[in-house]
Amino acid sequence: MKAYIKKIEYYLPESVLTNAQIVEKFPEWTIEKIENKIGIRTRHVVKEDETASDLACQAVEKLFTGSSFAKESVDCLIFCSQSPDYILPSTACILQKRLGLLDSIAAYDVNLGCSGWIYGISIAKGLVCSGISKNVLLVTAETYSKYLHPQDKGNRTIFGDGAAATLISDNGIAEIGNFVFGTDGAGAENLIVKCGGARNRYPLNDLSFDDFGNPKSSDYLYMDGASILNYTLDRIPTLVYDVLQKNDIGIEDIDLHIYHQANRYIANLQRRKLKIDVEKYYHCYEECGNTVSSTIPIAIFEALKDGSIQKGYKVLSVAQGLGYSWGGCVLTF
Amino acid sequence: MELNDFVKKIAAEFDETPVEKFSASVKFKDLEEWGSLTALSIISMIDEEFDKKITGEDLRSCGTIEELYNLVLAK
Repeated sequence: MKAYIKKIEYYLPESVLTNAQIVEKFPEWTIEKIENKIGIRTRHVVKEDETASDLACQAVEKLFTGSSFAKESVDCLIFCSQSPDYILPSTACILQKRLGLLDSIAAYDVNLGCSGWIYGISIAKGLVCSGISKNVLLVTAETYSKYLHPQDKGNRTIFGDGAAATLISDNGIAEIGNFVFGTDGAGAENLIVKCGGARNRYPLNDLSFDDFGNPKSSDYLYMDGASILNYTLDRIPTLVYDVLQKNDIGIEDIDLHIYHQANRYIANLQRRKLKIDVEKYYHCYEECGNTVSSTIPIAIFEALKDGSIQKGYKVLSVAQGLGYSWGGCVLTF
Repeated sequence: MELNDFVKKIAAEFDETPVEKFSASVKFKDLEEWGSLTALSIISMIDEEFDKKITGEDLRSCGTIEELYNLVLAK
């Protein structure tokens, strides 16, 4: 049996953070510099009382609105997020009720960052192909803005909040091909929120500033940009070639590359390193920033809408994320 | 790559600082424009041009552009 992506929708919170607003707070940067280097013009951020599950609900409602596909057909809900409503219970269980899904479904959370959508569709494919589930609803949702220190201009510029809903079934618009995965926990501390979990239950109040004056605190999201960059440069080329090999095709067979949308800077580096033509490398971070596990489904949605994906296209998707955790697969439309 | 060309490559990673300000003995981290973005640009430029990895720690250990050049060559 084969598994397919049946439908994708996404939702971004209403509030927008523009480059002008960032420059107002951090005058050492200019609007042009952010646009040229990072390539992001706006990012959407949640309000104080808005959570990832709220965004998830909106994305799912959009998925079912005007669709012939009934909510009652969903028999598995996977919620991929690192911004759960509570430590427990699983946000997926809360979402089952809020979304009005049947009480005979499986529902659980998956905790992964930027690699989350790739892993999510791999789990869904396994469930569909083994006959365990018929229609898997994968919701990726993230609100990193809640984890950022007020003075953290770098991460505030890059990350945006958002959610995407992907329906995986035994029929649909894109066949899910073979996967390659990778994990290296040695990189765990290079992108981390140290407090709030069981290891450090309460704030450590250990704020310091790095060489560039960026805040470093266990109580907020911390990213070692140089280490993350080197990890990306190291892993992505090998990952791409491994995925191609696993799917028994060459890079010339790929019609469109839709990778995790970190920012323009990383995108250009990857594209140049892999010698991919500009027109075959899709980008979609300008208006929403890096939405973590939702960047690939958002990009696929936009690529379908603007005609960048045509029927018969082979799309290569790879993602590298915190953990470290990475993965990739080929989608055939 | 000769040292002179390396200095030009480093200068190109700074958008606002005039090229004339750059020489092998310049302490690049003392330049007003120096920041995390420039640091990442230099790491990726060295990856592209030399196919070598330098770390945040490597950058911290270098004072002048020439020191950075020698560090890259020694990798």
